[in-house]
Amino acid sequence: MATMTYRDALNEALREEMDRDPDVFLMGEEVAEYDGAYKVSKGLLDVFGDQRVVDAPISELGFAGLGVGAAMAGLRPVIEFMTFNFAYLALDQIINNASKLCYMSGGQFKVPITFRGPNGPALQLGAQHSQACETYFLHAPGCKVVTPATPADAKGLLKASIRDDDPVAFMEGELLYNFKGEVPEEDDFVIPLGVADLKRVGSDVSIITHGKMVHVALQAADKLESEGIEAEVLDLRSIRPLDVDAILETVQKTNRVVYLEDSWPYAGAGAQVVSIIQEEAFDHLDAPVLRVTQADVPMPYAKNLEALAKPSVERVVGSCKKVLYR
Amino acid sequence: MAKTNTSSEAKTKDVLARHGVTAKIALELMQEMLLYRRFEEKAEESYAIGKIGGFCHLHIGQEAGAAGVIKVLQPEDYAISAYRSHTQAIAKGISPKAVMAELYGRVGGVSGGKGGSMHVFGRDARFFGGHGIVGGQIPLATGIGWKIKYSGENLVCVCFMGDATVNQGGFHECLNMAAVWELPVIYVVENNEYGMGTAFDRVSKAEISTRSVPFDIPASSVNGQDVLSTFEHFHNLTEEVRGGGGPRLVELRTYRFRGHSMSDPVSGTYRSTEEVERHKEESDPIAILRDQLFAEDVLDRDTLQEMDATAKTIAAEAADFADASPMPEPDALYENVWAETNAHGRLFFDGQRT
Repeated sequence: MATMTYRDALNEALREEMDRDPDVFLMGEEVAEYDGAYKVSKGLLDVFGDQRVVDAPISELGFAGLGVGAAMAGLRPVIEFMTFNFAYLALDQIINNASKLCYMSGGQFKVPITFRGPNGPALQLGAQHSQACETYFLHAPGCKVVTPATPADAKGLLKASIRDDDPVAFMEGELLYNFKGEVPEEDDFVIPLGVADLKRVGSDVSIITHGKMVHVALQAADKLESEGIEAEVLDLRSIRPLDVDAILETVQKTNRVVYLEDSWPYAGAGAQVVSIIQEEAFDHLDAPVLRVTQADVPMPYAKNLEALAKPSVERVVGSCKKVLYR
Repeated sequence: MAKTNTSSEAKTKDVLARHGVTAKIALELMQEMLLYRRFEEKAEESYAIGKIGGFCHLHIGQEAGAAGVIKVLQPEDYAISAYRSHTQAIAKGISPKAVMAELYGRVGGVSGGKGGSMHVFGRDARFFGGHGIVGGQIPLATGIGWKIKYSGENLVCVCFMGDATVNQGGFHECLNMAAVWELPVIYVVENNEYGMGTAFDRVSKAEISTRSVPFDIPASSVNGQDVLSTFEHFHNLTEEVRGGGGPRLVELRTYRFRGHSMSDPVSGTYRSTEEVERHKEESDPIAILRDQLFAEDVLDRDTLQEMDATAKTIAAEAADFADASPMPEPDALYENVWAETNAHGRLFFDGQRT
């Protein structure tokens, strides 16, 4: 095991995949000479040259679609959005083209493209730069969605996403880039999509979550432990494909569930998981499933309001106690 | 088809020589345009009796664009288009039967009936669709150009679009990128004067051929009703682009003889019947070529009739094939959503597929 930051883990994954497959190239704003707005692509220009590490103009629709066309023609592009907030400009290309081309063409075309970049609420960036965007990409059949929470997951899942033959929205936690963790040193460390990871074992209540909120869930579990409650934390890692077996397993074990996400509640990943639980594990529930989400408002700037809008350890602890009727 | 044109050019001999087109190529262009006309008329007929559903946009009146542009391409070159693309798909090498069956929504369709009239794709023919969102194909074409350059291939990509597309943001984003990276893409604007029912000049200030000026991309404009001019223009231009000359913008001046789609009237609220009739009389691409070839003595009426009969037969056979082709099996509903079904996890969430 090597200890490294989430940022460096992503950098290693890109480096290894570009080294392995000459069809992989990275394009986005500031990815080359500036080393990436969040320095994820640091040093790649020197290694791979400006044909494979490409600074794009500020034209999200254009360069996202360029990647889709290049993927149709046989390349394996990695398109970086400086943040996923800006990917909304490219939604037509991601939803109407990347996600539907295989189907519309009767399987003639595959679109092996990875759209990646930071996602999720940050610190006092206001409504347009601070939001979790995954629901938009989850909603359309044809696009896979991956949300790593740790350096190891970031590395292993990015390598799998690049190799996947479908479009993948690879959504990094904006506040996680400096987060350090252990990463296996094996030659080709790949984590398959669709496999959840039990980040903490418990028996009283299950906190199911994805992305950056894994860390809030773990903090909440620590707090609950001090009050004699053993919480299990299930990190879905990818939310499409979704590890339904792992979800059902933890429900059957604890019979009580809280879904935690920093996206809005309406029609989000949590809503889908709750629906699956009530359809497929109804008899195993001892309490209604609760959700802790971003408040159903655009992100406010004022520090106190922002704190109120975001899911907190306290709200998770409170919801866990509620499903335990304590 | 209009009556014999009496313009001076049609009467002038050596029109083929002036355009650098051999008699053989000219006759092939005629045969192809006749096929496109008869194919689209057959589609129109099938739509009227409910065999084709949804939106169906015909290329009648604009056949010279499909024939004259795609004729100059190599089989490995790429073409991509919007939703008025049946003829271009055939021109690029997809069989008329597979295109018609796609319009019918049958398994014999080139996409197994899942795409329909607006989404005709042929990977082997290097026809990359068939796109329904105005301008949505432009970034894809730019990406194909990127791939050609990335892989060091000696190919070009032709990207067809309608005149209204030049007001979409993606058009400008992509012309800029294609210019910066010198991509081998020819952006072809088929200017039929109307974006659906809105005349181009009612919603646009600058002419189409000026739209690439900010990106330093050479632009040109050609009579898209004269297939010999179109062929000559693209023959030269394609070789420039293939040779590393960077992208080009070309306006094909043309006119649509039918409504925007089969659901729309040919004329009425936005253009007069007289206007449409005048264009059919004066600028039918098939009539124009016919008169040129008559004047050159490389075509006579009997041969033309035989060629037309051949076109009608191919169109009829395409419709018969489509009609005989079965509807897709219900299982096809869930096929091809994903190119890769992962070993782990659930991909479908409607409760029918887990």
